[in-house]
Amino acid sequence: MIFDYNVIWENLPLYLGGVLVTLKLLAISLALGLLAAIPLALMRVSRQPAVNLPAWLYTYVIRGTPMLVQLFLIYYGLAQFPAIRDSVLWPYLSNATFCACLAFAVNTSAYTAEILAGSLKATPHGEIEAAKAMGMSRGKLYRRILLPSALRRALPQYSNEVIMMLHTTSLASIVTLIDITGAARTVSSQYYLPFEAYITAGAFYLCLTFVLVRLFKRAERRWLAYLAPRKA
Amino acid sequence: MLNGYGATIVEGAWLTLTLALSSMAVAILLGLIGAAFRLSPVRWLALLGEAYATVIRGIPDLVLILLIFYGGQDLVNRVAPLLGYDDYIDLNPFASGVFTLGFIFGAYLSETFRGAFMAIPRGQGEAGAAYGMSGLQVFFRILVPQMIRLAIPGFTNNWLVLTKATALISVVGLQDMMFKAKNAADATREPFTFYLAVAALYLVLTSVSLLALRYLEKRYSAGIKTAEL
Repeated sequence: MIFDYNVIWENLPLYLGGVLVTLKLLAISLALGLLAAIPLALMRVSRQPAVNLPAWLYTYVIRGTPMLVQLFLIYYGLAQFPAIRDSVLWPYLSNATFCACLAFAVNTSAYTAEILAGSLKATPHGEIEAAKAMGMSRGKLYRRILLPSALRRALPQYSNEVIMMLHTTSLASIVTLIDITGAARTVSSQYYLPFEAYITAGAFYLCLTFVLVRLFKRAERRWLAYLAPRKA
Repeated sequence: MLNGYGATIVEGAWLTLTLALSSMAVAILLGLIGAAFRLSPVRWLALLGEAYATVIRGIPDLVLILLIFYGGQDLVNRVAPLLGYDDYIDLNPFASGVFTLGFIFGAYLSETFRGAFMAIPRGQGEAGAAYGMSGLQVFFRILVPQMIRLAIPGFTNNWLVLTKATALISVVGLQDMMFKAKNAADATREPFTFYLAVAALYLVLTSVSLLALRYLEKRYSAGIKTAEL
């Protein structure tokens, strides 16, 4: 037999630990990214150039450069400056997990902001006029009408972004973290079985992708039920 | 410029560009084949196309790159002796890179092409046939020109993602601009400077692509009415 899967079975705990690391990275970066994306999206729909332009520049630059470069800029790049090495932030910025989460969160915030901005702009104008006619202030309009419906309508596109992020977290293995890909790299170099090691990692990611797709389908059924095509 | 590393980085940028363009050519070919499979009335072909698109899009690019680069090399050398070939086979890194990226993005493009193909009204192909055009003539004269217009937005997206994904190839040792920047960063201990330079070069590449493809989209949409809301 040309394949050897015994080693993979023996190292299953390593992979399962990797799954936990991957999920942790994903959850943290998505949470932080979404938190940053909401104000950015509000800036992106503003008609004032002074507000819109900085947000546009941010999303343009982040979306126009590879994730790997952003990760290296934060993890390896920042160490170039003595001022940063001497600052109170250094214990965090020299930590691979922290840097990976930061880089992923920055990356996803830009993509999510564009998704949300598109969704905000697609709000039916009748809803906004109705809110104004009810005498709602701008803050109330955003809080009660625009954001709840825009966040819901962004769900299908956001699910794509979440899956892209799941795949992006594999880059964490390049900065020494043992996520699923990191586990595969460890197994591959220890036993020199690259094929089996990476196929296994691929299978884990495939399973996680399917689970996420399922979860989002459910979420859409729950929160977007009113937009579903009517059953004949 | 850049402590004398400017030239090597530009050299790397050239490799990045050739890599991206060649991979895209492979991806377009595989994408068209994939789309044809998925639209095929033959069941097992449709299933095969579906499996290709689903599996590849469900696995991170980096894992696929590591799998095909290291795993593929390993597999070739495990299988070759069984076929009576005993020398160690070394796969060409550039060719492997092109194949790997082409294989990955072919899956994404098959989705784009399939969508574009299905968006063309059936009657048009039938009208072509009624004029006595052969199947190939209908494909190249009627379907392709319209498919291009419909596929450009999705294609633009995939091209940008592919361009950025070339950076991952540096991980397996191909000397693109990311690889050269890493070397320069290690030698000079100025990582920020070099990675920032590479980021700027990528930004130029993506910006130029965006402008060019937007122009192309306008050209191919000439004569198409859009409703103003």
